[in-house]
Amino acid sequence: MNATPSKDAVLEVHAQNRAISSLLSSLPGSVQDARFDRQELTLTIGKDQIRAACEVVQAAGYNFLVDVTCVDWYPSEPRFQVTYHILSHSLRERVRLAAMVDSIDTSIDSITPVWPSANFYEREVWDLFGVRFHGHPNLRRIMMPDEWEGHPLRKDYPVEGYR
Amino acid sequence: MTEFVGTSTLLTPRPTEGSKDTTMVVNMGPQHPSTHGVLRLVVEIDGETVLKVVPDIGYLHTGIEKTCEAKFYQQVVPMTDRIDYLSPMSNNLCYCLAVEKLLEIEIPQRAQWIRVLLNELTRLNSHLVWLGTHAMDIGALTVFLYTFREREEILRIFEHVSGQRMMTSYFRVGGLALEPPLDLFDRIQKFLNILPERIDEYQSLLMGNPIWIHRIKGIGHLSAADAIALGVTGPPLRASGVDWDLRRDMPYSSYEKFQFKVPTSTDGDVWARYMVRVEEMRESVKICQQALDGMPEGDIKADAPKVILPDREKMKTQMESLIYHFKIVTEGFPVPAGEVYQAIESPRGEMGYYVVSDGTAKPYRVHMRNPTFATLQALQTMCAGRLIADVVAVIGSIDIVLGEIDR
Repeated sequence: MNATPSKDAVLEVHAQNRAISSLLSSLPGSVQDARFDRQELTLTIGKDQIRAACEVVQAAGYNFLVDVTCVDWYPSEPRFQVTYHILSHSLRERVRLAAMVDSIDTSIDSITPVWPSANFYEREVWDLFGVRFHGHPNLRRIMMPDEWEGHPLRKDYPVEGYR
Repeated sequence: MTEFVGTSTLLTPRPTEGSKDTTMVVNMGPQHPSTHGVLRLVVEIDGETVLKVVPDIGYLHTGIEKTCEAKFYQQVVPMTDRIDYLSPMSNNLCYCLAVEKLLEIEIPQRAQWIRVLLNELTRLNSHLVWLGTHAMDIGALTVFLYTFREREEILRIFEHVSGQRMMTSYFRVGGLALEPPLDLFDRIQKFLNILPERIDEYQSLLMGNPIWIHRIKGIGHLSAADAIALGVTGPPLRASGVDWDLRRDMPYSSYEKFQFKVPTSTDGDVWARYMVRVEEMRESVKICQQALDGMPEGDIKADAPKVILPDREKMKTQMESLIYHFKIVTEGFPVPAGEVYQAIESPRGEMGYYVVSDGTAKPYRVHMRNPTFATLQALQTMCAGRLIADVVAVIGSIDIVLGEIDR
């Protein structure tokens, strides 16, 4: 196994990438980490800047929000990795933005003002992981019943549920 | 911190006694034949005009993503069938491609071509069910009988190749489960020979039907900008004028070697979605034909003994094969740590699998990005200001499968 290239090395190799160049020029300091693994680019963004970063990426030609989801890295902190998959129709390219959310303040800005399609995806993340989205128009459970307690896709939630 | 917010709070506040407000809230589903499963719509109407449509989903939620985390990588394949029961092969393919990307293994040409062939048959299968049920929703009952006649043959082909009609699980991480039966290609060829004229037959049943035309033309309009903003993919996106098909634009599994057209339309209504899907069926027939004509010879499994179960014969004669077999079945195979997102063009749009590995034999996280889950968000835009009867036509035109919406 090769050592993972550092953030700066990835940013340098992919300096031509539209997402990277526009993020570095419009929002300097927002990219906390960058990885290029299996032909997929992942940019970790500071959680306070995620909405601004989405706006920048959208303006750079990544017009289609494919998906918002989450990974629970329990018990390590910050615990939640909120993942955004964004596609560009014109560049035929994808970029993955990630933002780390800790378990003390499990909230992040909603990106529904940028892409209205984030509505259902963020509701799903709230329902199954318990990550709150500030500014979401309708943050209710979507899969589980409204009165359900707990967030089933968290790693400390047993697979067979509480009995 | 439980929050109880019912669906009804989203609607306009109920009129107080004595007010002249005339809107009414109608509950459509979850057990409504036109909702193709268990979709509940809370519809606010003023007379016959729809003001607001609020989808309420989750009735089929079975926690498949959670279950996947407790299974070995190879045990997830049968779960993927059950997400979208109309296009099992697409789900199998997407999951297998994602794990193969994590493992960085190369799949032999023959396996890739058989995957393409069966995927296009799946698309035909799914579109046939869609056409039949969509027409039935609108009142053209006859077409259903004809489309299910052809669908039956596809299901028999699936049974012939995998032993199962619907839950095929025929693709495996690293290739295919078995060498396809000898007469499979002849059988598919016979089916392809009759299908184009059968599609003409459906068209002739529908195009001369004024009720069908009036109920779908100009209904449920969705502009290209709205479609992109609301996450719509697949035939509804193409019907809104966005020329985007992952098979052509970001090819996977050797799709770049096939010649086909991507039908589009700029009308953006139910009619356009119908025309796009029917044209897609004709293109799928062409892809299947190309796959049959150019089917390469060779292996159907990649050369990765630690991932793929050995042949039965080898297992009985070679010690290593027996050991690998035992290890894979009892311990699974470890997958290098990392995260991938693999998307394919399923019959309903962009289906994506986001698989995160922590280096063990069980996936750390499997997330399915399902096309109709996103498309459902466009329902409000398509239905608002229209008649309540049009809601049925619009639901049919986005071709929902609740299994994949709720997972």
